[in-house]
Amino acid sequence: MTTKPSLFAQYRSGARFRLRMEPRMDQPGWLGLIVSLGAVTFALVLGGFVLMLVGGDPIRAYAFMAKAAFGDIGVFSDTLVKATPLILVSLAAVVAFRMRLWNIGAEGQFYLGAFGASLVVLTPILPPETSPWLMIPVMMIFGALAGALWGFIPGYLKAKYNVNEIISTLMMNYIAVAWNNYFIFDVWSEGGFQMSRQFPKTAWLPRLTDYAAQVPMFRGLTIHLGFVIAMIAAGVVWWILYRSRWGYEIRLIGDNPRAARYAGINIVRNTILVMMLSGALAGLGGMLEISGVVHRLQGAISSGYGFTGIIIAWLAKLNPILVVPISILFGGLLLAGREIQPSGIPMLIQGIILVCLIGSDFLFRNRIRLVRVGREA
Amino acid sequence: MDPIIILQAGVASGTVLLFATIGEIFTERSGILNLGLEGMMLIGAMSAYKTALATGNPWLGVFVAMLVAGLLSQVHALITIQFQADQVVSGLALTFLGTGLSMVFGEGLSKAGAVALLPSFSIPGLVSIPFVGPILFEDQSVMVYLGYLLVPLAWYYINRTRPGLHLRAIGEYPAAADALGINVNRLRYFYVLVGGMLAGVAGATISLAVSPGWFSHLTTSGQGWIAIGLVIFAQWDPIRAAGGSYAFGALRRMILDIQGPLKIFGLRNPFYYNPYWGFFLQMLPYAFTIVVLVIGSREAIRKRMGAPAALGLPYIRGERGL
Repeated sequence: MTTKPSLFAQYRSGARFRLRMEPRMDQPGWLGLIVSLGAVTFALVLGGFVLMLVGGDPIRAYAFMAKAAFGDIGVFSDTLVKATPLILVSLAAVVAFRMRLWNIGAEGQFYLGAFGASLVVLTPILPPETSPWLMIPVMMIFGALAGALWGFIPGYLKAKYNVNEIISTLMMNYIAVAWNNYFIFDVWSEGGFQMSRQFPKTAWLPRLTDYAAQVPMFRGLTIHLGFVIAMIAAGVVWWILYRSRWGYEIRLIGDNPRAARYAGINIVRNTILVMMLSGALAGLGGMLEISGVVHRLQGAISSGYGFTGIIIAWLAKLNPILVVPISILFGGLLLAGREIQPSGIPMLIQGIILVCLIGSDFLFRNRIRLVRVGREA
Repeated sequence: MDPIIILQAGVASGTVLLFATIGEIFTERSGILNLGLEGMMLIGAMSAYKTALATGNPWLGVFVAMLVAGLLSQVHALITIQFQADQVVSGLALTFLGTGLSMVFGEGLSKAGAVALLPSFSIPGLVSIPFVGPILFEDQSVMVYLGYLLVPLAWYYINRTRPGLHLRAIGEYPAAADALGINVNRLRYFYVLVGGMLAGVAGATISLAVSPGWFSHLTTSGQGWIAIGLVIFAQWDPIRAAGGSYAFGALRRMILDIQGPLKIFGLRNPFYYNPYWGFFLQMLPYAFTIVVLVIGSREAIRKRMGAPAALGLPYIRGERGL
């Protein structure tokens, strides 16, 4: 056995090299994590450059954002409040994307969920003095149903007429916002303001701060029961996807639709059902947001949560459990981002993160090698 | 509610959709789906407006818009052609990126004041054709006239020229095109660039001609997505794209005008008496996009035709595609 000459020695002796990509046969889990972390870091650095370009100080901005989102227990509680709707819309994206259904309509389904929950309180379907033990579950069901309906329409059109769901779900977003606007401007408007009246306390999700009388430590902590519900939802989605027969069908269709069809799986029915489940999750998110935070129906209840959910789902590699910690990080980004100028910065950073992330998938799937190009070439 | 005015304004605002749709037709015909249209249009609108504001020259604005949106489109090209990533997710990422960039660099631009716009004029002679003249040729922006030229040119290029044949080949059967010595991936880069530059023109048409100004991310109001829907309706044909674009433009204008008069067709106008009903009118373009998609998709099934066969698939030499 002779040792191979070093690359440099080969180069000196006239060999030429070029970069070659070859598919990676083994894809270790830790590598995915490192590549994702690298992509996010790279994205933050790029975002910093843009910040510098418009005259900001990226180091100070990032330090400020970290402090404003995770600096103490109070702001961390606010971060978790922001993370709650994000977890649900991300789960909505995870479920649909796992079947390679591109539901971009979580935003609209979120709005419809808020509308459905408001129906219960404002119509009113249940009188205001109803016990919260009944009120909250009924609101959750109505919110999820309204979201599911909003997912059903594009799902049905996709299954029956092969209508591109990306565009139909997006169009449904605009329709949902106009629909809600009609109700808050006209039907449920309170004294001409563009919002409904405040919900009765029975329709509020309990917050930690509500128990400040018993436990003084909880004073000012806005985190509400919705966060727990969101974590339960993550567990349920994980169970559906990885432990149930339905989830197996969803994953099989996503990985290989042809094989799924040969296996006798009903793709039409699954397309509609998955879109409805996805819509229901996003709708539940809308319900939790108005019942836990806003306490009334109003415009702009979402600052593009539906779209942030897509990035979170992708970062989590469509893993419902990983969605929770990543949503908390993004909750922090959104919370702190509100105070960052210019206002487009959080959106920009999200965009750069997603671009770097899908770019980095390539590194995960392929090995980059220096290969020797034949001397005679 | 003058039909002439609605159609006239419809042609103007439809021109925005026209540029974006035809650009996307070029991109998709080459086999690449670019869902980042909305982001590219936004950054085009912003950079055009900002350039015109700084230099006083709107033409320079259009040029910069093409440059910047074209540059952004190459991010998508790199990720989908070179890195073979999923075209759907990459397109979405491009939308985020374009929206974020235009919001950051367009900060404060909405209060910037008056800016030199692209010129409007009538075409002497043609304008006196009854009915059609005032709609198509009276006091329209120069971009509208450029749009008229683009439609037949794009159709001719795609269907009757050799480079157009290559374009269709790399979108339908890249392996065969490769065997004929056509550089598939290089051409795909080029047509993604063409789509991006036309999206930039569409953006510039908004901010410097049709509805001048910069209204942050609301400037495009989903028109990029409507354009992607129109591509399917148009069956990847520039002439059908023109019909769809102008019809949507007219619809947008009609929604604005319908709330004006006291009576429509002799009946009490509900949209006048309760202006909030206007929210239902606002839904119409988006609802119609879905309707148009249903029509386009059903027709595609019936005629056994439709998207370029290799749309959305990366081309890797030596691997069995299709």
